[in-house]
Amino acid sequence: MMDLNTTWFLLIGVLLTGYAVLDGFDLGVGVLHLFATDERQRRINLAAIGPVWDGNEVWLLTAGGAMFAAFPPVYATVFSGFYTAFMLLLFALIFRAVSIEFRGQVDGPRWRRFWDRTFGLGSLAPAVLFGVAIGNVLRGLPIGADGSLHVSFFALLNPYSLLIGLLSLAMFVMHGAVYLAARTDGELQKRMARWATGAWAGFLILYVVATVATVFVSPFLFEPIPHNLLAWGLCLLLLGAVVSIPVMVRAGRFVLAFLASAATIGSMIGLMGVSLYPRMVPSSIDPVNSLNIYDDSSTQRTLTVMLVVALVGMPLVIGYTAYVYKVFMGKIVIPKDGY
Amino acid sequence: MDLDPLWLSRLQFALTIGFHFLFPPLTIGLAWLLVIVEGIGWRRGDEDYVRAGKFFAKILGLTFVVGVATGIVMEFQFGTNWAEYSKFVGDIFGAPLAIEAIFAFFLESTFLALYLFGRDKVSKGVHWLSCLIVAIGSTLSAFWIIVANSWQQTPAGYTIRNGRAELDGFAAAVFNPSTSIRFLHVFTACLIAGAFFMAGISAYLLLKDKTSEVARKTLKISLVVAFLASLAALFPTGHHHAQEVAQWQPEKLAAMEGLIKGQENAPLTMFGVPKENPPKLDYAVGIPGMLSWLAFGEMDHYVAGMEDFPEDERPPMVITFLSFHAMVGLGSFFIGFTSLGILLLICKRLYGAWWYLWLLVLAIPLPLAACEVGWITAEVGRQPWVVYRLLRTADAFSTNVSGGEILFSIIMFGLIYLVLGALYLFILVRKVRRGPETSAGEETQP
Repeated sequence: MMDLNTTWFLLIGVLLTGYAVLDGFDLGVGVLHLFATDERQRRINLAAIGPVWDGNEVWLLTAGGAMFAAFPPVYATVFSGFYTAFMLLLFALIFRAVSIEFRGQVDGPRWRRFWDRTFGLGSLAPAVLFGVAIGNVLRGLPIGADGSLHVSFFALLNPYSLLIGLLSLAMFVMHGAVYLAARTDGELQKRMARWATGAWAGFLILYVVATVATVFVSPFLFEPIPHNLLAWGLCLLLLGAVVSIPVMVRAGRFVLAFLASAATIGSMIGLMGVSLYPRMVPSSIDPVNSLNIYDDSSTQRTLTVMLVVALVGMPLVIGYTAYVYKVFMGKIVIPKDGY
Repeated sequence: MDLDPLWLSRLQFALTIGFHFLFPPLTIGLAWLLVIVEGIGWRRGDEDYVRAGKFFAKILGLTFVVGVATGIVMEFQFGTNWAEYSKFVGDIFGAPLAIEAIFAFFLESTFLALYLFGRDKVSKGVHWLSCLIVAIGSTLSAFWIIVANSWQQTPAGYTIRNGRAELDGFAAAVFNPSTSIRFLHVFTACLIAGAFFMAGISAYLLLKDKTSEVARKTLKISLVVAFLASLAALFPTGHHHAQEVAQWQPEKLAAMEGLIKGQENAPLTMFGVPKENPPKLDYAVGIPGMLSWLAFGEMDHYVAGMEDFPEDERPPMVITFLSFHAMVGLGSFFIGFTSLGILLLICKRLYGAWWYLWLLVLAIPLPLAACEVGWITAEVGRQPWVVYRLLRTADAFSTNVSGGEILFSIIMFGLIYLVLGALYLFILVRKVRRGPETSAGEETQP
């Protein structure tokens, strides 16, 4: 039987995976929006995510809330430690959100052009920054013996973390391109298939480079892998999923390609979880200072209450989200008004 | 200049939540009004209501997005700027935020999409249901955030252990002494805000086109809701909320009422000029015994004054007093103003009373101002505590963030919010000027 702290570590992983898989394609579509060639494609991009991006983003808020409820010192230390980076991330997310809504409100080319750019850059920045944040966690952060942490913004932009930032960018672009390919047809679909394959190649190269880099930067992350059955399963899943993506794209089976892309994201986050467990944030000063799921959690009572909440709430959420997706999915028709 | 991270974090919190808090009351109030409008449109098959629903749904969507965009900050700001607070209260305070996300945010955002974009994709019943779920979801969101805030006001269901507040009883923490009444009071305020919003916009449409059936119908509904909600904001919810404050946070009541010396037969201040350090109230005019009676139901009941509390535990009186009285003044105005409207409606003069219609347009921002000053009363009146009598605000901020970094984020948020506010108004005015679709399915102006 899994203890409560481990259960919550797992649940936060699930929430982050839900966010990365769902809002991940929104971010990818946003980045691709910067490269759209005509107005029709831009309208399609916006219509593709219009009804769903907001619900997708709630996964991030839920992960944040769950982190606060289950592991308050981790929530407090990481977010205050990453202060400026986090503020820039929020800035980007605010602009992305309003760009989607504001763009269609005024019918002028300059107005649309402006919001196209803010939507694109507001998606690009989080796509990179999420990777940079994870890179810094994997690298270990200078957490003192008293649990204090302060990193300047520019120290976060170290080569290893930037590499992970590029990796996450390639991953989200691939994911977004596959999503768009599944929801379009004709010339646009072909274009998106090419983007998906290109981003996949970039993702693969960056993933190999990042793995080698991790061996040098944080060798301790590999320690649990060899004798952990779950890790082997995740490795196999990752391998199978990564290989399937270009095959499915070539075959024109875009829904399957999307699932493979989602499985890639999920297994990567899973492997990261196995490597970190039971740490949440390793300390680069002294491993003893690392924030972990046992010393930095809420009480067993709170974890129990929240587990009940999650077990009642999340199946409901998944149920009605699936219903609403069913209503909106299919090939995109540009709406008369709105986007 | 020395940049004090505590003061800067307080300023940033006030700025970000003050701006964010303009939007949720409009969203919640408007969503419930749309439940009525869309419900009539669906059951009676009345095209006017359907057009009204389509028109106001767009405004709801716009308002909702700005609320969401500015709300993202709130979920993370406790960690970024108030790390010590987060560590101290996380075992209790994190749960309502997480529950809000799971049970409210998902619900409102997912079904808002169905409501806004699904009009032609689902049946009329399901479409109305999605509107209802948006209203319920946004109200649940208000409930859980008030649970969290009320725990800061009247903490319950905890024990101080291991240097933090640890949960003892979930139900006791959720339904702490102030949760229920504060939720009801805020909910009525949201209804007032949404109803004045719809009434003001409808009045504008009527001023432009006297014959607009759509505007007449939405004006009537929103005016009635505004009237009833204005009454409910005073009694029972406002009155009982004040009684709850009198019982659980006596120093806040003293600051709200400008009561310096604790006394039996305490007067209700009708006019006065508050001063700080030491607190005093100049030119005070009051009704003797009235405060004792309102707060405790007996004219000769003792009411604590500012001087009954140690100097370092007194809330700032000037801000608390002024914002509280501004709220009460606005609330009284809402009752009088909407009563007049109801009178005009009964006398069948409402739709031609251009002067009243103009006042309705001008009154749109007033309930939002009332929400803001009400919130300032609640929060400033709790100082110097961030959790009442448990943790001081001065001990709650992130010690690892520098003043310069916070100044940077304040400037950044200040600029974004200025831009967002201006764009919101610009687009709102455009949408309102265009008006609802006419019967041919065209909008009245290109």
